[in-house]
Amino acid sequence: MSLFADSYCLICHGVIDLAISWSSVLLATEDMVVCKSCHERLKPLSGERCRICGRVLSTDYRNRDQCFDCIRWEEDSEWGGLLAQNFCLYEYNEFLKEVIATFKYRGDYLLARAFKSGILRTLKNRKFDLIVPIPLSGERLYERGFNQSEALILEAGLQPTRLISRIHSEKQSKKSRSDRIHIPQVFRISEVEVVLLRDKTVLLIDDIYTTGSTLRHAAKVLHEHGVHQVFSFTIAR
Amino acid sequence: MRFAIEENKLTPAPLLLTPQETYPISKLNLLPEIPLDSTFCFNSQLQHYLSGKQLLLDDLPFTLDDIQLHYVKGYLMYRKGIEIVGDKNHCLRCGTKDSRWFAEFPCARCGDICTYCRQCLMMGRVSSCTPLISWRGPVPEGKVPLNLLEWTGTLSPGQSGASSRVVNAVDRLEQLLVWAVCGAGKTEVLFKGIEHALTQGKRVCIATPRTDVVLELTPRLRAVFPHTTVASLYGGSEDRHTYAPLTIATTHQLLRFYQAFDTLIVDEVDAFPYSIDETLQYAVKQAKKPHSALIFLTATPSRKWQRECHLGKREFVTIPARYHRKPLPVPKFVWCGNWAKLLAQKRLPTNLLVWTKKRLAANKQALIFVPRIEAMDKMLHVFQKLHPQIESVHAEDPDRKEKVMRMRNKEIPVLLTTTILERGVTFANIDVAVLGAEDQVFAESALVQIAGRAGRSAQFPSGEVIFFHYGKTESMVRARNQILAMNKEATQRGMLDK
Ligand SMILES: [Zn+2]
Ligand SMILES: [Zn+2]
Ligand SMILES: [Zn+2]
Ligand SMILES: [Zn+2]
Repeated sequence: MSLFADSYCLICHGVIDLAISWSSVLLATEDMVVCKSCHERLKPLSGERCRICGRVLSTDYRNRDQCFDCIRWEEDSEWGGLLAQNFCLYEYNEFLKEVIATFKYRGDYLLARAFKSGILRTLKNRKFDLIVPIPLSGERLYERGFNQSEALILEAGLQPTRLISRIHSEKQSKKSRSDRIHIPQVFRISEVEVVLLRDKTVLLIDDIYTTGSTLRHAAKVLHEHGVHQVFSFTIAR
Repeated sequence: MRFAIEENKLTPAPLLLTPQETYPISKLNLLPEIPLDSTFCFNSQLQHYLSGKQLLLDDLPFTLDDIQLHYVKGYLMYRKGIEIVGDKNHCLRCGTKDSRWFAEFPCARCGDICTYCRQCLMMGRVSSCTPLISWRGPVPEGKVPLNLLEWTGTLSPGQSGASSRVVNAVDRLEQLLVWAVCGAGKTEVLFKGIEHALTQGKRVCIATPRTDVVLELTPRLRAVFPHTTVASLYGGSEDRHTYAPLTIATTHQLLRFYQAFDTLIVDEVDAFPYSIDETLQYAVKQAKKPHSALIFLTATPSRKWQRECHLGKREFVTIPARYHRKPLPVPKFVWCGNWAKLLAQKRLPTNLLVWTKKRLAANKQALIFVPRIEAMDKMLHVFQKLHPQIESVHAEDPDRKEKVMRMRNKEIPVLLTTTILERGVTFANIDVAVLGAEDQVFAESALVQIAGRAGRSAQFPSGEVIFFHYGKTESMVRARNQILAMNKEATQRGMLDK
């Protein structure tokens, strides 16, 4: 590619002003897939955050370094300790909501690339034995054409392991949190020798952390098969 | 989705009874043509849904078996969504060939690496394994009511001449440009032509780039064609699957149509940024029938089109005078120095300030056009010292509609605006100024449209138009010449009152 060829923002399709990129000390090429204005609308999570889920802690919804939601999960004998830590990149604001909707519902696969450098930056200096996407049901996968979690892994240049799959349909977004905690397991381990999982560290990947229920269900089935520690990564929190 | 070829017909993989070699549709060299089985009793719901359209399987609430049956009987066709020639991709829905709009992904539908088009993604993803589905059976028959057109207004002489040219073009399936000045009343010019087409059972579409225009035209056309089904199509509208003799749509929505219209009217062709021009041309070309009438309406044709008109290479008709028979206000050029530099010191050119104060004192409303939002924001503070009710609007202003309403109600004495108000919006009695008329956002067409905001009502047919500039541009001169030429032609044709 020529040095002077226009490059276009993955999100808004506008021309990326090379002059700006160049002046900011030669950013890595991955950083130049999103224009300045879109970049500024992605708000990194900052300040004091929950040790487990990564949410920004407010003064009244916390106990020390945990948010109330995580405290409730951790106090539950069935669910406590399953998820070691969730890493996440951005605030789930209106802008990111739209970007993620275009990515997974409209099926704009290429948008996964907008998060590549964020993912790599977060995972740097951390070691995982397996990187596992949260799966879709067969029906949903056909409808969308791809699994957004797997797209994030692949486009970051990492290797996904399809370790778990769905038992039931994933339509659960309308249920309340307590309904979701108590629904039966939705995931199962697919086609892997259980022995292989013993004492492994797994990183689960999903697009959004909302209640933490999906990730904890996945973590549970992994722990049941001998996995040592489960971390997770989401774009939005 | 993958297809097998059985007995020279495509069979979707999910319907195969025995395992066979299958392919994504883009990998098939020739798509077989299937003769129409006239004894087949087709599903008329599917016919209404699909006539003149090109839709995706996901858009169709019919079973794959039902769809395939109509295909086998020759009543619908599968076309490639993406055509791949060598390493070049072509999206057959939106027409783009520009490589920047294409991307690849591992596709769960075909199990292959699929190429998809990002330019028209918002209408449902088209990828190299996606078939576009169109109807090729008979079109729905509708009874044509008598007295289609119920309109009691009268046409001005200019409108009347253009109206008969439109009828002729509709009748002979020709192309015509209607070049009507701002305020000429171009919509009425279409009524007779639309009636002529509908009477013959033909399908008509009015397409325009802006949703606002669709929303404004729909009730007007429903009122004058009260017995005709009118479908109103824009992003998020509900008429998406209505089969209608008369369709009013954003040009974007044309991408869902395929060889549908006998008469296609494109309003405000010039409202497109140049880059979108190719997409528009493609959308128009494939939404209309191969033999059809194509009418363009505009107040400001591009340089290229103006040249073609003058060289006799393009059929056109002008309406040089406004409905109220008074000449168009001619813009005056006033040099205002380096206004951007003054603005940085929170000051404004003296002549603009004097001009504004005069209007405030005389209680005459004014629109002031500004090239960029940043400049406008700075300016607003200075202007509000003259009068606290002075306001500003721009494209992303959430209060845009409300401010326009307050301007109409005369609650805002002076409104600063970007080019967003250059067309469509009219206020009864205003003067118009442009600050920084030399800026490149003020193309010839933009300046003609801006000047066209003044003197719109019969009650107040005159208004002042001033271009405050820091160096006269070609666009400014051409805009003024265009207005002068229209006034001259109107005088010669006796269309103006003394
Ligand atoms: Zn952008
Ligand atoms: Zn937490
Ligand atoms: Zn396309
Ligand atoms: Zn595919």
